[in-house]
Amino acid sequence: MNKPADIGAAAAPPDALAIEGLLVDYRVRGRLRRVLRGLDLRIGRGASYGLVGESGCGKSTVAFAAMGYLPRNGVVSGGRVMVDGRDLMDLNPAELQKLRANSVSMVYQDPGRALNPSMKIGPQLAEAFEFSRIGAHDAHDRSVAMLRSVRIADPLKVMQRYPHQLSGGMQQRVCIAMALANNPALLILDEPTTGLDVTVEAEVLDLIQQLRQDFQTSILFISHNLAVVAKVCDRVGVLYGGTLVEEGTVGALFNNPRHPYTVGLLRCLPARGRRKSDGPLEAIRGSLPSPGAAITGCVFAERCGLADRTCRETPPPFFDLGGGHLSRCFHHDQQVPRQTPSTAGPLPGTDRQSAHPVLAVENLSKTFNAKSHPLPVLRQIEIALGPGETLGLVGESGSGKTTFARLLLGLLEPDAGSKIALDGKPLATRLSDRSLDDVKALQIIFQNPDSALNRAHPVRRIIGRAIQRLSATPAAAVLAKLHELMKAVRVADRYLSARPRQLSGGMKQRVAIARAFAGDPRIVVCDEPTSALDVSVQAAILNLLVDLQTKHQVSYIFISHDLGVVRYLSDRIAVLYLGRLMEIGLADQVFEGPHHPYTEALLSAIPSQDTQRIRLSGEVPSAVSPPSGCVFHTRCPRKIGAICEQQEPPLHKIGSQHAIRCHLSVDQLAHAPRGAERAGRPA
Amino acid sequence: MSVAEPEIAAAAAPVEANERRDRLRQVFRSGTFLAGLLIVLFWVFCAILGPAVVPYDPYADDLLNALMPPSAEHWFGTDQLGRDVFSRVIVGARDILTIAPLATMISTVLGTALGLLMGYFRGVIDEGISRIVDALLALPTVIVALLALVALGPSSATVVSVIGFTFAPIIARTVRASVLAERELDYVFAAQLRRENAFHIMFVEILPNVLPPILVEATVRLGYAIFAVASLSFIGFGIQPPSPDWGLSISANYGLIGAGYWWTVLFDASAIATLVVAVNLVADGIQSALDE
Amino acid sequence: MIAFLLKRLGLSLVTLWLLSVMAFAGAQVLPGNLGRAMLGPFADQRAVDALNHEMGTDRPVLVQYADWVSRFVVGDMGKSYAYRTPVAPLVTTALINSAKLALVAFLLVVPLGILGGIIAALNAGRPVDRGLTIFGLSATIVPEFVSGIVLILVFGVWLKWLPISATWPNDAGALTQVYHLLLPSIPLVLVLFGYIARMTRAGMIEALDSDYTRTAILKGLPHHTVIWRHVLRNALLPTISVIATQTAYLIGGLVVIETLFHYQGIGGLIFTAASKKDFPTLQAGVLTVGAIFILASLCADLLYALLNPRIRVGGRE
Repeated sequence: MNKPADIGAAAAPPDALAIEGLLVDYRVRGRLRRVLRGLDLRIGRGASYGLVGESGCGKSTVAFAAMGYLPRNGVVSGGRVMVDGRDLMDLNPAELQKLRANSVSMVYQDPGRALNPSMKIGPQLAEAFEFSRIGAHDAHDRSVAMLRSVRIADPLKVMQRYPHQLSGGMQQRVCIAMALANNPALLILDEPTTGLDVTVEAEVLDLIQQLRQDFQTSILFISHNLAVVAKVCDRVGVLYGGTLVEEGTVGALFNNPRHPYTVGLLRCLPARGRRKSDGPLEAIRGSLPSPGAAITGCVFAERCGLADRTCRETPPPFFDLGGGHLSRCFHHDQQVPRQTPSTAGPLPGTDRQSAHPVLAVENLSKTFNAKSHPLPVLRQIEIALGPGETLGLVGESGSGKTTFARLLLGLLEPDAGSKIALDGKPLATRLSDRSLDDVKALQIIFQNPDSALNRAHPVRRIIGRAIQRLSATPAAAVLAKLHELMKAVRVADRYLSARPRQLSGGMKQRVAIARAFAGDPRIVVCDEPTSALDVSVQAAILNLLVDLQTKHQVSYIFISHDLGVVRYLSDRIAVLYLGRLMEIGLADQVFEGPHHPYTEALLSAIPSQDTQRIRLSGEVPSAVSPPSGCVFHTRCPRKIGAICEQQEPPLHKIGSQHAIRCHLSVDQLAHAPRGAERAGRPA
Repeated sequence: MSVAEPEIAAAAAPVEANERRDRLRQVFRSGTFLAGLLIVLFWVFCAILGPAVVPYDPYADDLLNALMPPSAEHWFGTDQLGRDVFSRVIVGARDILTIAPLATMISTVLGTALGLLMGYFRGVIDEGISRIVDALLALPTVIVALLALVALGPSSATVVSVIGFTFAPIIARTVRASVLAERELDYVFAAQLRRENAFHIMFVEILPNVLPPILVEATVRLGYAIFAVASLSFIGFGIQPPSPDWGLSISANYGLIGAGYWWTVLFDASAIATLVVAVNLVADGIQSALDE
Repeated sequence: MIAFLLKRLGLSLVTLWLLSVMAFAGAQVLPGNLGRAMLGPFADQRAVDALNHEMGTDRPVLVQYADWVSRFVVGDMGKSYAYRTPVAPLVTTALINSAKLALVAFLLVVPLGILGGIIAALNAGRPVDRGLTIFGLSATIVPEFVSGIVLILVFGVWLKWLPISATWPNDAGALTQVYHLLLPSIPLVLVLFGYIARMTRAGMIEALDSDYTRTAILKGLPHHTVIWRHVLRNALLPTISVIATQTAYLIGGLVVIETLFHYQGIGGLIFTAASKKDFPTLQAGVLTVGAIFILASLCADLLYALLNPRIRVGGRE
């Protein structure tokens, strides 16, 4: 793809990473499964490259291949990997170790597990300097310096801590510090912020950008999240089925995608400001190829709207579209047809303004009694939900949203004084005390479909049992209802006898949805229903949820950390922080403002937003000893003063449907410039 | 009106259907598993058909021919009472292969029920039973069995029950651990949200998912049951005379080995060793099949 | 951590108490009429009553229990029916003997087992691992008397390298004692080796596969440093708990070995007491063995808590 440099040309420093025609197989139970099919990738000095793909595309394999660290059953069957000009195949173990110490480093997901739980931070960090053969004293000093450069406020204290004593964000900073300790030529980041809270993620991304400037390191940033990649990288490559299908600058790729897969990916995200009333999301039909599947022709052909015979028989080469924009598609110059008609028309109006809320929650509180320390997880939540309405519940870790869901469902008992009313009638707080009708009316869709379905039961039993227990269907009609539900969630009947492990993630979630709807519920709690699914599958599930809502006039309580999805789906939004309701209002009201300072920070943390980032200092405080007064005052960029520490603000109503819990008045919230008051304190 | 959406055909992983076959094939290709299985089957055969197949009556005394070393007529020699050791070794499989599996079955059923109850209900039930289990497990199995047999008097029936009851807590522990993990999975909450009662959840929802570790544990327990029965017979509190049981024979004859009459114990010892090792190899094979 | 340990101590005491109840129930209550059980079905009723009165077994059960426990904790374990001597010295002597055998076996098996587990884990999947695993599996399940018999035949009778009885002459020095204890300890080593090696191997493999080991390797550290500094300290933690609990077996579970090798350990004492229906000795022996196990497992927990930073240091600031 690139002409080799002329011998004798000026000794330019070699590319940080150059992969040529890489073929990687994994040996599984005696068979070889191809995971990377001839990958070509080049990252120049100081450049930042984002590798985007969904599960099973092979992105982690690329990372490990670049470190020469394939698992024992991984085989490089062809091609070359050159790091900092050195071919990994040519290196003996000692040289490989040296390369890893000095030239290339990696940071990955789940920093908590990446650190040795039995060693303090200090020694672990100092290990990075072992190869430099500097004395212990110098190593210590440099470690402290590294911790400062990743903006850790009290490095000496942190050096004395064990990993489990640090928060997720801190742990990741430590990992980044370790990785950059020796100023490597290449830093590989494999989903480094997945699993971190949105605000913490934003901090870490900012840090990475800053460090890139300070250290001039090349970066390979691997993620499934396009928006995150767009923020941090110059160039992006899209990986599908072990092949790079498109590559280009961030601008080119996002504004002018030229491969059907990229087009589909971009279309299936709820873009800024998109609402469900604007029409369904674009879904990509079919599902991801299982890793190692044997594919002839183009890897994307079976899901592509433009695929023809040539596509299915011959793997397409890269077409150069100019300006470093490459597409591996025979039809790169054609418009990709929408697979989902976007002009389905506006959704029929739902009876949202009805005077009778289907669910009314008043003074809902929950305190856990852990080891004589009361743990207040939820305090005085007040929410009303109309029929056919979706309430989006937003909050980070520690906000209490999962507890809220459990309380509603009766799986947990709330504190005395809490009231829940279903259709105007009080609802028993314990599940066992509720009538069958009440139990039918409130169902849930869980986050993780693997955990939500009993892996020992076939689909027929999973849904059938729910029908038997929850609906008044007579035995003879159960089968008919089963087929009806399967059709509604669009799963073919032939999967009735399949067990969950034979289904893909998206299908499992559909079965879970069918199960939830078996008893014709009035309210369905959706607890992060698409978080565990791949992007291209999410859209279909979201469309299905909207569809079912329209048909059955079901209300949703939609819990998610993905604000774009929440905005798309919700009619109203509630924001939780440390168990308190901070803001509640119509979706537009909450998004456009004036809004609570926390909401403001959350919104600014969305990677795709262009607004000035509002940095929240510190981390979410522990629920065991919540801050006095307003729980947000420890991190609030708009804290007024002592009043915020002493008095908890009441929930002010501003406008008919909007309420905010803050001491600032509406005018102050609306008019003070955003981002003007950064908290200043380093994290 | 519903939105027209393209038919979402799923690629039901074809890998799954083959995976089971591959796994089974790998297990059967394992030399150790096959060897173990063959040996176990051999002894089962001896237990069932032994008496019909052996050359001599294992109970028949022949004092004139006592303590003869192995020869063409008596492949394994004769014991103190002139009985043919070979015949006794073959027939000796019967008692132990009746008692040990029976005891294992009792302990598995009891232990599973107990483990399910403890793991699902937790709280007071779990704590209470756990304390008792802890106290029981504080003593080596042999001692507990001994105590019980002293109180009840040794007989085959009591040995079966005693071993069954002393092994049940060990299985209960493993089951409880698995159940505790399963209980946190969402499908259990989904079942609660269908108002399923506790027994349905324990036995219909959770149990099928914890069967694999139970199976492995049961097979391992079988090996230990044989171990225990043989040991108890050796010290006189297990299978009673005049059974040709191996442990019993060793106990009767081991005083003689100083004088050189090795054949009276070595073949019985080898029989025990081959049987327990074979059972363990089978257990190991099952475990590796289920691990992947 | 203090809270954790206090809780464990409390639980141990509960378990110990339960154990005393079980031992008492088993020995005194189950056989029914103690006097009758000892004198046999044909003895005269008056003799039975007299014996019951002498032993104190005609008192209410709870009184008997309270009496026994209160005396036990101060060291008075009652009087043996069989030997007509106080039980406590019998138990003490037997315990010391068992401890000696346990020590010899322990010193042999722990290093071997851990080493075996480490080697197996570092070569996971290869023939060395397979061989060690199969060996461990097989050795652990063979009853001690079976391997004991074979060892006696080979090393005692045919090769005559080691003595076949563990009883040493009265004035024997430490080395002679060890010499006598070698043969009986080998079956124990065989039984425990597989168990310890398997635990160690599992712990090692889990540590080797973990993310922090990967971090260490990708930092460019040499392999041996990674193993020594990162893997071992995390891998061996669970093994330590396991080893401590095996001491119970080593002390009290050796009835068979003691019988085979004519050794007067506490297992044998319990066995003899059971055979002779010497209930005070039986109770005392059983409770002693159980108490040792409970103590050992408490020590194991203590050790684990000390070595595991998550428990030692506590949570997030």
